[in-house]
Amino acid sequence: MAKITKDEIIHLADLANLTLSEAEIEQLGGDLNNIVAYIEQLSELDTSGVQPTYMTVDLENVTRADEIIDYGLGREELLKLAPEQAGGQIKVPKVL
Amino acid sequence: MSEIAKIVDRVKSGKSSAMEEVKAALRRAEDHEGYNIFINMTSERALGRAREIDKKLIKGEDVGALAGVPFAVKDNYLTFGAPTTAAAKMLESFDAPLQATAVEKLEAEGAICIGKTNLDAYAHGGSTENSYFGPTLNAVDKTRVAGGSSGGSAVAVALGIVPFALGSDTGGSIRQPASFNGVVGIKPTYGTVSRYGVVAMASSTDVMGCFTKEVADSELVMSIMAGHDERDGTTLPNSPLQVPYLQKGKMKVGIIKDCMGDGVDTEVKAATEQYVKKLTDAGHSVSEVSLPMYKYALAIYYIVVPAEVCSNLARYDGIRYGYRDGKTLSDVFGKSRDGGFMPENKRRIMIGNYVLSSGFFDAYYLQAQKARTLLINEYDKAFKDHDVLLSPVAPNPAFKLGENTADPLKMYLEDIMTVPPSLAGLPAFSVPAGKTKAGLPVGVQLIGKRKCDAQLFALAKEME
Repeated sequence: MAKITKDEIIHLADLANLTLSEAEIEQLGGDLNNIVAYIEQLSELDTSGVQPTYMTVDLENVTRADEIIDYGLGREELLKLAPEQAGGQIKVPKVL
Repeated sequence: MSEIAKIVDRVKSGKSSAMEEVKAALRRAEDHEGYNIFINMTSERALGRAREIDKKLIKGEDVGALAGVPFAVKDNYLTFGAPTTAAAKMLESFDAPLQATAVEKLEAEGAICIGKTNLDAYAHGGSTENSYFGPTLNAVDKTRVAGGSSGGSAVAVALGIVPFALGSDTGGSIRQPASFNGVVGIKPTYGTVSRYGVVAMASSTDVMGCFTKEVADSELVMSIMAGHDERDGTTLPNSPLQVPYLQKGKMKVGIIKDCMGDGVDTEVKAATEQYVKKLTDAGHSVSEVSLPMYKYALAIYYIVVPAEVCSNLARYDGIRYGYRDGKTLSDVFGKSRDGGFMPENKRRIMIGNYVLSSGFFDAYYLQAQKARTLLINEYDKAFKDHDVLLSPVAPNPAFKLGENTADPLKMYLEDIMTVPPSLAGLPAFSVPAGKTKAGLPVGVQLIGKRKCDAQLFALAKEME
């Protein structure tokens, strides 16, 4: 498998919404290549016909009634968590 | 009587009070400040709760099975009384609007949280060095790591500040620090304890557990925390801890050969063998078992877990809560995340995005989930002939502060024996097995069949 290039690191950071510094891009490039080289060893396993495991206990399609549950949390309490708020809304920087 | 039973007895009989117990625990925490165990104390709320419990006691009301027992909580459980930071700048001043189910259940039995313990930010790490608030020091040797990610909780119990503390375990985060500090650490079967109100790391392997000095205390705490929760769809409908293990007689224990090879510290091996001897002396049969898939477990883990981590950490966008930086909207996303996360968080987000990205998904993520099935099949086969499997907890005793920080892969390799049971959702306990010549604690890991936690408790108690 190809080595992860600097351009790919920048692309991944963009997908992950991380504004990385030049130093971080360098550092993560090295780390990721080492880690990927290690996890590559899975390619030697024959997994043909094997089903993937996403869940380790025998629970399947757990659903609940489509009803509003009162978690005892008010609008004010949740708004208080926002870094900025104004007029009963979460304030964000100008989009346009 | 166990440590917790003694406190409950003192409080209920009037020999002491919840207030005295809490004040004493807060004093002990202050005396050990140099270890950097706590991120924030919840003193004011703890004293208030102690006052309430004492009032109820005077009136003769029932105050629960943990009346007046002080405890500490890993700072990724949402609690009242102090911010819940997950040891990251992102949540440095996050005041949780609700409490984790596990904490609520313990409080309902009269237990009192005195503070929030240090961890690797977002529970990413095995040393508590990846904390925004600096590392926690090992309880036995201050030049060494506490282990992690639940390092603060392990050290709080080891130093006797509190009789029990909560941790979370995704790939060893309870078991390894328990081993490094010489205490009992419990990772139950996946789905035993509600994850509601705990900062999510990897949803398919995250489990909630605890640290104590004695197994009986862990059993009590876990029996209270366990149980179905409508707010967590992955909790088991019938808690494995509510079914006592009654089968008498000797157990068949399998020692995992693949964890006793080269690369494992000789003193760790010696302590493991010493524990095995205790088992055989007690009449249990011990035989070797080989699980060749162990060789691949760490590679599986470092695909599956970062994939889930990057999804779970996508919610931290600097908008609704948490740290915010930047002037334009896209700037806010990128800069808040870059500034709010620790380097290890970013590393895992990047790996996760890589293994999930189109073109690589089949080769990494899907292949890992299939390999996970092969590992589980091997466990199932081994459990046909064995009741319990045994291995060391970690290949080495607590390492020096800074020893593994420069090389992330080297740090990951410390998890090599704790990640396999996590990937299979199995219960796995870390119990003290001995000490190295230098006095460093070494734990042994007991791994049970799925939902057979009660059996592990029976064996661990017998061997204590």
